[in-house]
Amino acid sequence: MKALTVERIGLCGPGLLSWTAGRETLAGGRPYAPDPLPAIAAALLPANERRRVTATIKLALHAAQEAVGPASAAASDEGPAAALPTVFVSSGGDSEVLDKICAALTLPDRAVSPVHFHQSVHNTPSGYWSIATSCRRASTSLSAYDGSFGYGLLEAAALAWAEATPVLLVAYDLPLPFPLSDRRRIVAPFAVALLLSPHPAGGLATLRLAPAADAPASRLTDPELERLRVGNPAARALPLLSAIARQTAESILLVERGRGIRVEVEPA
Amino acid sequence: MAIKPLALTARTVTNALGRGLAASLSALRRGESGLRPCDFEDAALETWIGRVAGLEDEPLRGDFAAFDCRNNRLARLGLEQDGFAAAVAAARARYGPERVGVFVGTSTSGIGATEQAYRQRDPASGALPENFDYQHTHNVFSVADFTRSWLDLNGVALAISTACSSSAKAFASAWRQMSAGFCDAAVVGGVDSLCLTTLYGFHALGLASPRPCRPWDRERDGLNVGEAAGFALLEWAEPEDRRVVLRGYGESSDAHHMTAAHPEGAGAALAMEQALARADIAPERIDYINLHGTATPSNDAAEDRAVLRVFGADTPCSSTKGWTGHTLGAAGITEAIFVSLCLEQGLVPASLNTRQRDPELGAGVVLENRERPLLWAMSNSFGFGGTNCSLLFGRNDG
Repeated sequence: MKALTVERIGLCGPGLLSWTAGRETLAGGRPYAPDPLPAIAAALLPANERRRVTATIKLALHAAQEAVGPASAAASDEGPAAALPTVFVSSGGDSEVLDKICAALTLPDRAVSPVHFHQSVHNTPSGYWSIATSCRRASTSLSAYDGSFGYGLLEAAALAWAEATPVLLVAYDLPLPFPLSDRRRIVAPFAVALLLSPHPAGGLATLRLAPAADAPASRLTDPELERLRVGNPAARALPLLSAIARQTAESILLVERGRGIRVEVEPA
Repeated sequence: MAIKPLALTARTVTNALGRGLAASLSALRRGESGLRPCDFEDAALETWIGRVAGLEDEPLRGDFAAFDCRNNRLARLGLEQDGFAAAVAAARARYGPERVGVFVGTSTSGIGATEQAYRQRDPASGALPENFDYQHTHNVFSVADFTRSWLDLNGVALAISTACSSSAKAFASAWRQMSAGFCDAAVVGGVDSLCLTTLYGFHALGLASPRPCRPWDRERDGLNVGEAAGFALLEWAEPEDRRVVLRGYGESSDAHHMTAAHPEGAGAALAMEQALARADIAPERIDYINLHGTATPSNDAAEDRAVLRVFGADTPCSSTKGWTGHTLGAAGITEAIFVSLCLEQGLVPASLNTRQRDPELGAGVVLENRERPLLWAMSNSFGFGGTNCSLLFGRNDG
């Protein structure tokens, strides 16, 4: 089975403001306190874009930026991020924007905002990321509902092997606004980004992955972290992040319904 | 070195030209457009659309009732044509249901169901109607989930949603996931259906033409939104296989603007060059390019520059949007399958509705159907967010 190295991680969720800050908590060395996420700035984007971007775009880009390192993602500077193909993964995209469009369509003039319309596409964070980092490499945006993170990881691995180059995977989901929140419950915003290299050496951990038979998904022992895992599709990454933080060899199963994805984690 | 080719061992298209391959091929041959003045729901817009007739009267029932929405109805209609579901059932038996992947491109999935639900909100509480099912209709994954369920497959399944390049990129994802060993065969497809979001959204951007769209024409003034479903079954090609094969793909980002294409078509050129490089073939050998060609003034101009840079002015090319309209997330699969038909039939289709080529543009856009043998053909798909994908198809003996 081919291997993949996790070079760097970006993280942004309640009580987990970055990988650097949250790593010890995920390793079990510090209790988890799910403090609400403060407002995030879109530091990466030029000022004219910064005003218009939504919470979804800011969250995705914030995690992505930590995973590539602050020096490599400076706006309009062709840093190392410009060389990275990307995979952006979200269960439902930007529901704040979709809600505004559907609400506008109930009014007599049906005046859809042009900005909302172009931000309604699933690949909006990917587009803003490529603009911010001057990246012209391939970028895929996808969804597999609650299995989005796991299937995104497969796509990122396949992309890294096919292109023989490191790849950036960014997974993010946010609570939906009312009334959509009645039909799709996401408990808190959460984003994770993994810088993945096809070269199996060094980094934070080595991963081996394959589609697997249906079995119970890996869970977390902390009840609050487990609540976040089941309450946000991007947070399905938490058992994997926890294994990497603990630096223990583990076998993680990522998907609950449909097919599973088995990830063998080897510490660095 | 060229990549390992993938054969299209079954395929189907449904769009404004009709249901199944024969309807599209016949219309392409006869130069008959599927566009009509906008008559979708109660949309009062002066534009033309490519609507699939009859969807309103064909709900999903029984085990699939939860999936019922225009987009999944269109997916079902597509899967029922040309013996496609039977071909997938045979592949399922050959490889196992967990080894056939599903990669479906869509831009808006079943958002039409949410548009309708918002109009039926409870006036007091604001709540959505009881029968609204977000997961199985509106959610981006819904159409991939429906496709997997309808075909009784249980392997890798995902929805690719990169606006108007979505279902072209499904081919690239399928190629690499098969190469990675995550599946042994793949159903790739694209489904996008008419909804108020895209009709009023393109109208708000000033990009919807009040006439049938005229790609590359000096008087082009915008696109017509269409709807379509298309699917292909991909299996590794055998050396003796004479079917059409995917020989290369290229993907890039403009890194320029969320809605405007890079004025020099830099990202588009990169995608075309990558597809040629993956096939290890010189641009001179390409016999036909199916352009993205939406007929908006700036998109066609940018693509023109990119085509001139990579191919020069001599390669015959055309946009088939004058037949189907712009089917958004389904444009990639629709035009990929058109290209496969053209390769088999030796047909270079005209750029329908294009009367007078814009003298500012230089690509070799064809104004009348031509019959000639074709060995290699490319299909371009570009979208919002600056996403680009080019697919290169050939006869396996090419």
